[in-house]
Amino acid sequence: MTGATPDLRHARRRLLADMSGIAASAFAFGLVFGLSARATGYSPLEAVASSVLVFAGAAQFAAVGLVAAGVGWPLIVLTTFLLNSRHLLYAAALRPWVASRSTAERAAMAHVLTDEAFALASVHFKRLGRPDSRGYWLAAIGAVFIPWNVATIMGVVGGSSIADPTDLGLDVVFPAAMAGIAVALIVGRRELVAAAAGVACAVIVGLAVDPRVGIVAGGLTGPLVGMAVPATPKEAARDASGEPPIGDPLP
Amino acid sequence: MTVELVGLAALMAAVTYPTRALPLLAPGFERLPAWTLTYLRLVGPAMLAALAAVGVLFDADTPGIRIGVELVAVALCVVIVAWRRSLLLGLVVAVGLVAVARATGLG
Repeated sequence: MTGATPDLRHARRRLLADMSGIAASAFAFGLVFGLSARATGYSPLEAVASSVLVFAGAAQFAAVGLVAAGVGWPLIVLTTFLLNSRHLLYAAALRPWVASRSTAERAAMAHVLTDEAFALASVHFKRLGRPDSRGYWLAAIGAVFIPWNVATIMGVVGGSSIADPTDLGLDVVFPAAMAGIAVALIVGRRELVAAAAGVACAVIVGLAVDPRVGIVAGGLTGPLVGMAVPATPKEAARDASGEPPIGDPLP
Repeated sequence: MTVELVGLAALMAAVTYPTRALPLLAPGFERLPAWTLTYLRLVGPAMLAALAAVGVLFDADTPGIRIGVELVAVALCVVIVAWRRSLLLGLVVAVGLVAVARATGLG
């Protein structure tokens, strides 16, 4: 941080403080992801490839569940796209702050743009009143990318020392994590209805056809039911503004 | 060591990266119709809730719906996340409940 102004130094110190909690959280969930991936049959290389290449926690967790359920790759890839499409909103909101950076740097910034990186960088830039690309990299790499990937390796490799994960109740981590993240994403009535409809549809189709089909049917039809609910004035304003749906506690 | 799922990770990355990069590299791309943005916003809670429901209610070895301590644990996790906004705490409580139930022969 040589040459930084007092304002910048102060803002970066606050950024580092903000990062500590996020880093701990990313590490904990990376560990859980590694354990879940191992329990599903991922090799260490496959789990690490997921965390390095995809680097999107909710989608990675979802893929583990879908692989375990025997869902085909095309549907897993579609699910990944739909789950990660919220990044469009983050990137759009971040663009004015990083527009002066080179195309190559913006292209690299995009790979590590997660929920947490967006939240940390947005607050940091607003606090400073101007962009700080070094602060962005610090937040995205230091608070999320490194803890998430280190913990993934520890989970998928260290998990081999656990004889039977079900004895420890670790098999419940996946559904509990999915339900918990869904709750964290519910910021209004429409999200609540979409989630409830997704569950109802998944269970009905799961019983009538197949649980794997139920997952996809619930995930795709739940939002349609949610959209049928009239938006409150607050929700309408949020929809019109394109405000990103912050709330997901995973990368 | 298997490597088959590295291919899946590459495909997942191929559809994830554009969602992060296009608005940063191609201004205007994010100007999708409002209904599209609303739908995409609602996919997360719906898909994850569906995954949770199928994960806890269906068992490959058992036909029909499975009601057990796992369902109670997931419900408890949901309550804790809604109340305390802490997923980590919810997971610890859920895993602890199932572990204790199984150790005592209740689960």
